[in-house]
Amino acid sequence: MSATLTHSTAAAADRRPIVTVRGLTFHRGDHVIFQEIDLDIPRGQVTAIMGPSGTGKTTLLRLISGQVRPDAGRIEVDGICVHELGWRDLYQFRKRMAMLFQSGALFTDSNVFDNVAFPLREHTRLPECLLRTLVLMKLEAVGLRGARDLMPAELSGGMARRVALARAIALDPTLILYDEPFAGQDPISMGVLVKLIRTLNDALGLTSIIVSHDVKETAAIADYLYLISDGRIVDHGTPSALDRSNSPWVDQFMHARPDGPMSFHYPAPPYAADLLASPVP
Amino acid sequence: MSAILARLGRAVLEQLIRTGRATLFFFSLLGALSFMIRRPGLLVKQLYAVGVLSLPIILVSGLFVGMVLGLQGYANLVDFGATSSLGTVVALSLIRELGPVLTALLYAGRAGSALTAEIGLMKATEQLASMRMMAVDPFQRVLAPRFLAGCIAVPLLAGIFTAVGILGGYLVAVEQLGVDSGAFWSQMQAKVQLYADVINGVVIKSVVFGVVANWIALFEGYEAQPTSEGVSLATTRTVVYTALAVLALDFLLTALMFGAW
Ligand SMILES: Nc1ncnc2c1ncn2[C@@H]1O[C@H](COP(=O)(O)OP(=O)(O)O)[C@@H](O)[C@H]1O
Ligand SMILES: [Mg+2]
Repeated sequence: MSATLTHSTAAAADRRPIVTVRGLTFHRGDHVIFQEIDLDIPRGQVTAIMGPSGTGKTTLLRLISGQVRPDAGRIEVDGICVHELGWRDLYQFRKRMAMLFQSGALFTDSNVFDNVAFPLREHTRLPECLLRTLVLMKLEAVGLRGARDLMPAELSGGMARRVALARAIALDPTLILYDEPFAGQDPISMGVLVKLIRTLNDALGLTSIIVSHDVKETAAIADYLYLISDGRIVDHGTPSALDRSNSPWVDQFMHARPDGPMSFHYPAPPYAADLLASPVP
Repeated sequence: MSAILARLGRAVLEQLIRTGRATLFFFSLLGALSFMIRRPGLLVKQLYAVGVLSLPIILVSGLFVGMVLGLQGYANLVDFGATSSLGTVVALSLIRELGPVLTALLYAGRAGSALTAEIGLMKATEQLASMRMMAVDPFQRVLAPRFLAGCIAVPLLAGIFTAVGILGGYLVAVEQLGVDSGAFWSQMQAKVQLYADVINGVVIKSVVFGVVANWIALFEGYEAQPTSEGVSLATTRTVVYTALAVLALDFLLTALMFGAW
């Protein structure tokens, strides 16, 4: 089945969304993170999910990849209901998707080469020379073939993320989930990453989901955007459509305005009353 | 009053939950052990990390403990003219108690704390989660090799500790204080029994301590809060809990093996 899924022309021809989320509800403790959200991720495209920090973007990626289970609702990836899979099937299913963690999550005790070789060594029995070719190809794709002998501690933040990306595409996944790929990057490595995500998506015929709060960079490469806040989908559409949106919330978020319906303050009692109140002994 | 009761209740509940999680964790570890048959290389690497690298501290400590036993034993036995049983005293203390107990305590400080910190940091930096996302089970790939290696290493280290300790006692007693070498060894040979002393003491005790020390170290790392304070707290807990568990278990095992009841 994976032959048809990994093939880029087949993917382009297939118009069904690769991920469908219906009525997803999820909470942590008393805190409701998602309240009945519906969402479709189109196949072969770069879809961005954006929202303020702490809205549950990372949690959404964990739900889609089966790391946590929803309280209610249905999450389907390629027609497979993720949260109904048993342990073995879930691991089988994950060989077709990759997730790039916010921190890169490289194995700090092995060098760049061994990090990228890790999934290949775990899941295939390739001879060492073939493995080397494959790893160098993946590293070349992210422009770090020359860095193969470095340890993760010797890499800059942007390089570490590119190595993690090379490791993520090692098993030729059909779906890549990016968690805040641009957070904390300098403008140049940000530009490199932006271009890389787009290029890999198109060249390898992948589907990419980017979760981010970096509006400008993300909107620049995404084909489709979802904006989430307070456990709901506020709006969705193509970047140009959302850019012209007349909803004040969307306008504030898309143009990073400090004033608008979204408050800078965490909910608190009135300022004057709070200052004058005597401390409770 | 009710507030105190509620707090007490919550604390008890939390402990129960934690115990339950630790038990589940233990069975997951056991379930993942068979993976070592397919990947013995992982085990060898960990045996080196927890076993070979713990050797220096075990050798040095064993030697000193043995020498102290030689000195103290001599000082007490010389009054009764019984210095010829010094070999027995040194050997029995080491084989029955000090070898397995001190090895487990030293192991917790040297290797257990390192295991906790390593696993805790792997969790905090999302290395375990990313492994799961690559369809690799951290229990098989990371935790089980460390557990098995630790469980093999502790009894071996305890044996080495005991042997070096006896050597230390010999050096002090025979070479330094002039106890008769023949008496030292022959008394030891006559009094130390294979089953009652060696198997019960060094073997069974250190196997139990090894399982407990590694279980605690890995569990604390795996359950650590993914922050710097969380990992440092977990490391401390590993050393403290292992020490308490080993000493309490030692009393229990001693009572069962050597006690009157
Ligand atoms: N393991 C967890 N336990 C409890 N609460 C969590 C956990 N992970 C995340 N949360 C909470 O869930 C909310 C969403 O977190 P997250 O998905 O990381 O947000 P984002 O990625 O959008 O910044 C936050 O309020 C966070 O405090
Ligand atoms: Mg996040």
